[in-house]
Amino acid sequence: MAVAATEQPAIVEPTRAPRTRSSRRAGAGWVSYVQALPLALILACFLLLPILMITVVSFWDYDFASMYPDFVTMNYADTLGSWVTWKTYLNTLKYAFMVWALTLFIGFWVAYYLAFHIRTAAMQMVLFLVCTVPFLTSNIIRMISWIPVLGRNGLVNTSLVDIGLIPAPIEWLLYSDFAVVLAMVHLYTLFMVTPIFNTLMRIDRSLVEAARDAGANGWQVLTAVILPLAKPGMAIGTIFVVTLVMADFSTVQVMSGGQSASVALMMKNQMSLLQYPAAAANAVVLLILVLFMVAGILRIVDIRKEL
Amino acid sequence: MSHEKRGLEFFVLSAFFAMFVVFLYGPLSAILILSFQGPNGGLTFPLNGVSMHWFGNLFERQAVGDFGGSFRRSTALGLMVMVVTVVVSLLAGLAFRRKFLGATPLFYLAVASLVVPSIIISLGIGVVFQQIGFRPAWYSSAFGAHLTWTLPFGVLIMFAVFNRFSPAYEEAARDLGASSWQTFAHVVLPMIAPSLIGVGLFGFTLSYDEFARTLMTSGTYNTLPLEIYGMTTNVTTPVLYALGTVTTLFSFVVIAATLGAIVLVNRRRLRA
Repeated sequence: MAVAATEQPAIVEPTRAPRTRSSRRAGAGWVSYVQALPLALILACFLLLPILMITVVSFWDYDFASMYPDFVTMNYADTLGSWVTWKTYLNTLKYAFMVWALTLFIGFWVAYYLAFHIRTAAMQMVLFLVCTVPFLTSNIIRMISWIPVLGRNGLVNTSLVDIGLIPAPIEWLLYSDFAVVLAMVHLYTLFMVTPIFNTLMRIDRSLVEAARDAGANGWQVLTAVILPLAKPGMAIGTIFVVTLVMADFSTVQVMSGGQSASVALMMKNQMSLLQYPAAAANAVVLLILVLFMVAGILRIVDIRKEL
Repeated sequence: MSHEKRGLEFFVLSAFFAMFVVFLYGPLSAILILSFQGPNGGLTFPLNGVSMHWFGNLFERQAVGDFGGSFRRSTALGLMVMVVTVVVSLLAGLAFRRKFLGATPLFYLAVASLVVPSIIISLGIGVVFQQIGFRPAWYSSAFGAHLTWTLPFGVLIMFAVFNRFSPAYEEAARDLGASSWQTFAHVVLPMIAPSLIGVGLFGFTLSYDEFARTLMTSGTYNTLPLEIYGMTTNVTTPVLYALGTVTTLFSFVVIAATLGAIVLVNRRRLRA
């Protein structure tokens, strides 16, 4: 099961790590700081500093060629005062909600099947790997692989026309909201499967037997025992999926054929026009929204307590 | 429950799982087949003859931009990210086994790194480099950008590993007179080696396929995902699928080699 451990990133509270004898040894305290330093340095330089810089730049002035240090709230006023922005945010949230609902449904049943219906650990590992492998290949390739399937002359349309089910190809299969959501579900379901599978595997099987002995039927075991215990995994999966969809621009761009927009795509367009302060203001708003969503999810389910 | 008869639920869920696997692999196999499209064939079925034409096309410079160069850059970057991810995650994992000032903020900073939208990191690093006056390049700014995505995965995996790691082995080694370094090198490291290989796989593949974080940070020369993304808008021949097939097969080889290495290490450990 060593592979299992590597394939299932679990969020684990660091302070609850088993205390070793060395922690009680005096004088070795500095070792931890040295060991943690590289991580802290990299995150400071490439995560904190850039976010700080974006916040600063979002108050700068700019023209077509360059940006100028200043303190103007114009970028925020432009962004938040525009009807297009609000529509784009709503559209992104709509994608996030639809993809979340679908990945949660698919993810739960796949994880449940693997955890409770596959009887040998080896088979579990093999099937889990079968699910994992595509997620380690290029997102863009997996996205464009839908084009020959969904296109006007694609596999689905030609087969349906050939059988005689539909008279003419369906136009909305590709370059539509449907295609965007489908591709996102395809890309992100594993981020739901893995954490749920991880929590389901930790459920003490005697709890299920106890429920059976107490007279619960299969449905009651599922809704009263397994589902409540799977919540932390669902929460972690939700965080992954929601943040990935909120940040997505390539899927929206390619799969909607340029007909739909997302917040990140709006930012990307501003960046290609060199309107960095405008993009930065958008980035700050998006970041705050995403962090609030994550905080909200962490409020509903206390991951730290339940893991 | 393991010796019960299979119920209806099992068969329904088996069918559901099978459909999920088809959903995952179906489209991929479509482009795999279509990359062998005849020279006159188009982007969709049916196959208009079978040929290796588009694979040959892949290596002509005009057809797909700089495929060879971008492949080399992506591989080199992936390897750099892999090494740093493994080392830094291992060190951080060791650090978090003890309590130290700032452990919780650092942990949440790593989690935040997963949550912050990738395009924001891309924009931020791009602007920082611009303001400092450094030229962004795949080996500097994009390298850092990729680490913000691979490190949290590595760190979380190491947490999970060390949480299940019994300190009894180390205590035994120390009681037998091993120094801290000997305990680490001869006891801890061999036991966590398979997990480290897994972290390496994550580091390499996540970087090799990363796109959004590279967008503003790659500088003059494209990485492979950027090159492919550019092609989606302006290439209308099956050469796109040929490229998809080649990179996907490369990913499969990397994954298979890694899994093989994990199995090998495990087996050797069991024999020892």
